[in-house]
Amino acid sequence: MATVETIEQVKQIDVDQYKYGFETDIESVKAPKGLDEDIIRFISQKKGEPQWLLDWRLDAFERWRTMKEPTWARVSYPKIDFQELHYYSAPKGVEEGPKSLDEVDPQLLATYEKLGIPLAEQEVLAGVKKVAVDAVFDSVSVVTTFKEELAKAGVIFCSISEAVREHPELVRKYLGSVVPKSDNYYAALNSAVFTDGSFVYIPEGVRCPMELSTYFRINERGTGQFERTLIIAEKGSHVSYLEGCTAPMRDENQLHAAVVELIALEDAEIKYSTVQNWYPGDSEGKGGIYNFVTKRGDCRGNNSKISWTQVETGSAITWKYPSCILRGDNSRGEFYSIAISNGYQQVDSGTKMIHLGKNTSSRIVSKGIAAGFSENTYRGLVSAHRKATNARNFTQCDSLLIGDRCGAHTVPYIEAKNSSAHFEHEATTSKISEDKLFYCMQRGLSEEEAVALIVNGFVRDVLQQLPMEFMAETQKLIGISLEGSVG
Amino acid sequence: MLEIKNLHAKIVEEDKPILKGVNLTVPTGEVHAIMGPNGSGKSTLAYVLAGRSDYEVTEGDILWNGKSILEMTPDERAAEGVFLAFQYPMEIPGVAGLTFLRTALNSIRRKRGEAELTTPEFMKLVREKGSQLHIDIEMLKRPVNVGFSGGEKKRSEILQMALLEPTLCVLDETDSGLDIDALGVVSDGVNALRSPDRAMLVITHYQRLLNHIVPDRVHVLANGVIQRSGDKELALELERSGYAEYRAA
Repeated sequence: MATVETIEQVKQIDVDQYKYGFETDIESVKAPKGLDEDIIRFISQKKGEPQWLLDWRLDAFERWRTMKEPTWARVSYPKIDFQELHYYSAPKGVEEGPKSLDEVDPQLLATYEKLGIPLAEQEVLAGVKKVAVDAVFDSVSVVTTFKEELAKAGVIFCSISEAVREHPELVRKYLGSVVPKSDNYYAALNSAVFTDGSFVYIPEGVRCPMELSTYFRINERGTGQFERTLIIAEKGSHVSYLEGCTAPMRDENQLHAAVVELIALEDAEIKYSTVQNWYPGDSEGKGGIYNFVTKRGDCRGNNSKISWTQVETGSAITWKYPSCILRGDNSRGEFYSIAISNGYQQVDSGTKMIHLGKNTSSRIVSKGIAAGFSENTYRGLVSAHRKATNARNFTQCDSLLIGDRCGAHTVPYIEAKNSSAHFEHEATTSKISEDKLFYCMQRGLSEEEAVALIVNGFVRDVLQQLPMEFMAETQKLIGISLEGSVG
Repeated sequence: MLEIKNLHAKIVEEDKPILKGVNLTVPTGEVHAIMGPNGSGKSTLAYVLAGRSDYEVTEGDILWNGKSILEMTPDERAAEGVFLAFQYPMEIPGVAGLTFLRTALNSIRRKRGEAELTTPEFMKLVREKGSQLHIDIEMLKRPVNVGFSGGEKKRSEILQMALLEPTLCVLDETDSGLDIDALGVVSDGVNALRSPDRAMLVITHYQRLLNHIVPDRVHVLANGVIQRSGDKELALELERSGYAEYRAA
């Protein structure tokens, strides 16, 4: 019955209103504009990092300078002037990293409350699972909740800056081991200037006792956000993690270039869900976040599993391909995606499933919805290495068009270097037909209710992959994202 | 009372008129049948009554209880009590029948200024109306019309009609795709909805439906106009003689 709630929610909100578009007026400490070695030293020093990490950053920066911006994606935007950005911005007083909850600036707490993110470790109601939150505001983590309770289970959940200080051996061992620092243009940039993000370590045999989540907020004007997330699941462990993101409405474009690395060791399972709702720009295509993100999971151990679920509704430009390297024998990768574009948004997103181990399997279910003047591309690679005997993939890729000024594109790449590989690819493209709309409206639904209902049906398979707590909210978000897409 | 006055209609972006001056009055409480050959404009009339946007009314008017509905959107007409049972009901993948029914019912109730039903109230109502049509809850957990047989689709249409309680029911070829048994179930469902507060317009090719749903009046629509009107005997006559004489017109 959540569809009914969706519709209710849609009705309450005016067209063209991004409800997270407010700005928090808070004093911040910023790095000077521009990017050079001194800025990198500045960031590293602000974070009190060891020499090895500074060297790592500087090496990444050297490599980045020799690299070219990729142009293969089906997106177009004016050239980004990387010298015009601030690479570090932190609310005054939290530069030293997360403190306990009662020391956090009330204005920051109010910001998260307004965004609907609970930062208080309140007793939860019966039947509702606890969710631990790491709140990242511009370049720093403001606070991480439930740390003590998680620590009792041996789980480490903290900002990456804190992990560098407290658990350097883990960070040093795994950082860049899935996404090498010169992997691609934006990953190299991120490696040079990353500021904050989350760190998760689940020890052997532990099932993480609660849902973990990170909430990213860009607030400061003229800044880029470069977050770095690292999740390690030791042998036989299990974790479910969710990230959310929003930004104020601005007429400038802001850059967000993140790197996420997941490592699943033997028999471990990582479920990573994203609800991406960065400011998409206004109805004329002005403003919005440029979201250039590298996300990759390494199923390093046998029988490991990594599952990506993403709901992409925001950003002016989305460029992201959460991928799985299926290295361990019998490992499994999954990618479930809902990508909605409206207005002048451009989405080029998909996944890579790299089958290296024996008997590896992967499943891709992608649902693209294009409305307005937007362009929505699915780009996916499925490959089987020579030694990946019995690799299996199933891909289902469906696109739905609303109106006649948007575009949906599917670009699958399939490489099988092994004759026992078995890959299946199914793709459909359809429009929300006048017939279906008329049918729903004849039964009393308004046009927007009808569109929300049909779209929620279209994405149902993927919605069901999200953690229960976020399903209803996501359904609402889908309705809101498609506001004004008809008529 | 439904009053159709000198109604002319065509498909948007095409020049050829389909309805060329239909005049028809259906008093509340009566069931009228519209019969006619293929291509006579029967389905167009149904769509125009429900407000489908790819048809354009070029002349004339449609009054429902004295009020013109021409400028209303399909959902506004639904709120005014207009219901169309489709000849080919649409499939809506991923949307459970129960979700669809509840969304529709509450939309209409809201527009009528009535309170929305709670889940238990709704389920009770669906069970009650569904059992009359041999529809159990399991069928309604499946996506709307997806993989339904012809009979299931038509029974589901009548269930929607029973739940939404419209005052003007237009049934477009409800007998098509039905075997004898299903025809009986569907007709019983329709007959149960006959009421002094409700007008019905039953569109069909064949007289056989009218053995089950006995009309107060029968009209022959051919070449875009009502050619002849009579009582239920007219349907039997048509069954014998066919539409040949109207086709010529």
